[in-house]
Amino acid sequence: MADSEIRAPAQLDAGGGAAPTPADVPLPWAEPAEPLNREPGFRGVDVPAEADLYRCVHCGLCLSSCPTYSTLRVETESPRGRIALMKAVHEGRAGISSRIVSHWEMCLQCRACEAVCPSGVPYGRIMEYSRAQVLAQGKQGGNLKRIDRLFLRAALPHPRRLRFGAHLLRLYQKSGLRRLVRASGLLKLLPASLAGMEAQLPELTGPFFGPRRPVYPAQNPPASPPADGATANRPTPTVGLLSGCVMPLMQGATMHAAVRVLTRNGCNVAVPPGQGCCGALNLHAGDLETARRLARRNIDTFLAAGAGKDGFKIITASAGCGSNMKEYGELLKNDPEYAEPARRFSALTVDITEFLAALPLTPPTGRVPRRVTYQDPCHLAHAQRITQPPRALLQSIPGLELVEMEASTMCCGGAGIYAMTQPELAGQILAAKLENINNTGAAQVVTANPGCMLQIEQGLNAAGGRHQVKHVVDLLDEAYGG
Amino acid sequence: MQRQGFIDRLKAIVGDDYVIAHPEDLLVYEYDGSVDRAMPRAVVLPASAGEVSRTLALAYQEGVPVVGRGSGTGLSGGALAPPGGIQIAFTRMNRILEVDTENRTATIEPGVINLDLDNHVRKFGMRYAPDPSSQKACSLGGNIAENAGGPHCLAYGATTNHVLALEVALEDGTMVNLGGPAREVPGYDLRGVFVGSEGTFGIATQITVRLLPLPETVKTFLGIFPDIESACSAVSAVIGHGIVPAALEMIDALSIRAVQQVTDAGYPEDAGAVLLIELEGLWEEVDEVSREVESALWETGAGEVRVAEEDRERERLWLGRKTAFGAFGAIAPNYYLVDGVVPRTRLSQVLRKVSEVSEKYGIIIANVFHAGDGNLHPCMLFDGREPGVTERAMAGAAELMEYCVAVGGTLSGEHGIGLEKKQFMPLVFTDADLAVMRRTRDAFAPANRLNPGKIFPDDDGFYQIVPQPTPPPGDTGMYV
Repeated sequence: MADSEIRAPAQLDAGGGAAPTPADVPLPWAEPAEPLNREPGFRGVDVPAEADLYRCVHCGLCLSSCPTYSTLRVETESPRGRIALMKAVHEGRAGISSRIVSHWEMCLQCRACEAVCPSGVPYGRIMEYSRAQVLAQGKQGGNLKRIDRLFLRAALPHPRRLRFGAHLLRLYQKSGLRRLVRASGLLKLLPASLAGMEAQLPELTGPFFGPRRPVYPAQNPPASPPADGATANRPTPTVGLLSGCVMPLMQGATMHAAVRVLTRNGCNVAVPPGQGCCGALNLHAGDLETARRLARRNIDTFLAAGAGKDGFKIITASAGCGSNMKEYGELLKNDPEYAEPARRFSALTVDITEFLAALPLTPPTGRVPRRVTYQDPCHLAHAQRITQPPRALLQSIPGLELVEMEASTMCCGGAGIYAMTQPELAGQILAAKLENINNTGAAQVVTANPGCMLQIEQGLNAAGGRHQVKHVVDLLDEAYGG
Repeated sequence: MQRQGFIDRLKAIVGDDYVIAHPEDLLVYEYDGSVDRAMPRAVVLPASAGEVSRTLALAYQEGVPVVGRGSGTGLSGGALAPPGGIQIAFTRMNRILEVDTENRTATIEPGVINLDLDNHVRKFGMRYAPDPSSQKACSLGGNIAENAGGPHCLAYGATTNHVLALEVALEDGTMVNLGGPAREVPGYDLRGVFVGSEGTFGIATQITVRLLPLPETVKTFLGIFPDIESACSAVSAVIGHGIVPAALEMIDALSIRAVQQVTDAGYPEDAGAVLLIELEGLWEEVDEVSREVESALWETGAGEVRVAEEDRERERLWLGRKTAFGAFGAIAPNYYLVDGVVPRTRLSQVLRKVSEVSEKYGIIIANVFHAGDGNLHPCMLFDGREPGVTERAMAGAAELMEYCVAVGGTLSGEHGIGLEKKQFMPLVFTDADLAVMRRTRDAFAPANRLNPGKIFPDDDGFYQIVPQPTPPPGDTGMYV
């Protein structure tokens, strides 16, 4: 552009004030007649609903809650930006290109934005449907595609395969074979992403949780009958516990603790056989088909086991599963056979901290003289809006000191399989979390979701030391005397 | 070819990762919080004043217009890219450089978020007073461009009262300093004229703001009224008692319901209107004044008065107010905010006009506003996908703005003129008034390369959704 084209103010005024537009630049603000790419847009039934998309008035109040925006500081990696891309696809201004997919896949699906959204955009839902569209068009990013095939579809839904794999893994870790493999340099022959995954494999040190009986009987049924006669003869309530997929293998001790804490609080705990993975990770990856299949299996299993009868609730110690199970109604809303049972199932689902905090809790008497800090799991705080019950439970433990960390509701970067699909960004998000944890001076981190436990524990241990991140029920169990 | 060359040279200044130029990525930089959109040619994310200056110099040389962008929360289209222009986004320049507790000032980069600054200085027993409702997202740079207000500006004044010094990059990249750490500086008050210039004079790269000590006592009242008229008379009664509350906000029935649908702020859903009144100061003073406020509320027909003294309760009451605009998304996908200011005594008259306009044009209008300083925010809620409805909403907005001016008010209290309200400037300014403004801009930016097409009604080059208003009712030069 020649200098002569810089207009003097006088010219501007005389020329009716036309803004200086270089002649060779197309007018990009004008609506392009053609879409920005030739890729197809949203198709079929499983698409983000227009009504959901247009609830977003792009006010921007979500920005500061978003871990990826806070880290990367670009609008493309913000909730508002991702919704704008969905709107653009919906309006036919762009198709689902790999570039657009990359921004959607950068999302942790932590739903922090949803919790602060003033107009109530159901962000989790529209992101899940967008991911479903990505999957349907075969446009998942490489890492996600690999993990989706190898793990989310081939392993998670199959309890026996998982258990077999876990045994192999434990053998690999304990027998010394791992040391051999790592020393041999064999890992260098694998693609970098697979070698990275090897390093991220969870340490299987604890016992597995394999329910030994269909129902664990209440240890101390409510001793004194309630004052009002009406409920005096109430039978001991039975609750159903989700054992799910990987939690009994990776955090078997926590599952055992959950059973003990529930039975101590006067519940018969059923772990209905035939149940399995809740399907949350499949749903987040956009695999609605598998997610729906797994949902139907759990609905059948728990309803047949008596859920809904005589106060039989469905309890989970995993925030991610609970959030998903509370949304089975939405997932199966178009399924003529399952829509109604799914809604019923969702209404019966409670997180274990929510359930216990609502009870007249059997007071824990053992002292746990420890300074702890609590990490809010995203799917508990944001998706289920449960933040006080876990804190109340912790504060009921004699001797325990709860110190709040800064930004306790900010994601730790675990986010299901995110640490594997987006390792670099997950690492940055984790680093911020670890700094906040360290600033508290707490001796232990407590949370209420298996994924967060793993991610934070790995982060702490990578920095040296042998930390154990605990679940709220682990500490309650400790205070009850195990 | 040339386009690629320009982008490459931008990348050479800030680094490859910090120039966004792919059209699909630019889809997320074409909006702010307003109803318009405009796709930039590229977005540059500098990390330092030097990079800002070099970016401006390059753009100047290439004849490319530039606008600064903070968080994109503005409601007048101020941060939208001019035709063919680039945005300089300040999201990476978000460091708090210094807090001087002795002199009560803070020096920051323009991308610092308003609430982050306030939270940071609260650790030292101080506060940054201007608190726009978008404060948890909006940046200080944007606040300065728009001279942002907020509920507490009733007592403490808008952004301009809190800015001491600015480091500014001019359109050709020249760096200048405006104002200084002292309250008064010799010569023209260029800092004063810069604040609120909507990005047309220069781009701030470093900001020194004034901080205030935290008040000893804060007390917040929620006055619940059966209808909006009685709430308006309560506003007059409170002010009539000679009380200047720290904040005095009104929320009408429709907004109450919108807010309560998503966020439980504790507003009763059957109320006709609520007033949010905050008192601050020494304990004795607040105690005395709060009795007067309470009696003023009861006398004017409040059905209930709630008092919040604990932080948690106050935060809950304010959360409703501060998320109200966003909550309108639950009613309709688009809103157009009329930012008119009227004399306080005319509030109920103007609100009657608002309901007339709502009926006449068939547009839902919600009212949530700074009642204390007469800064109305009738918000036209509509669905832009419905043919013709946007035009109807704009025509209604035009009629409202004309009315605000006719009763002795003006166009904008705190959100700026930008794109959306420039057509209405002749309602309050004569040609001579506007010419003085334009010459002032020319003193800073003679080539009009910064955010062109905004503020002045005859600066074209932008698509506009705002229809022409009827000519102004007589010439008044009193606003210059």
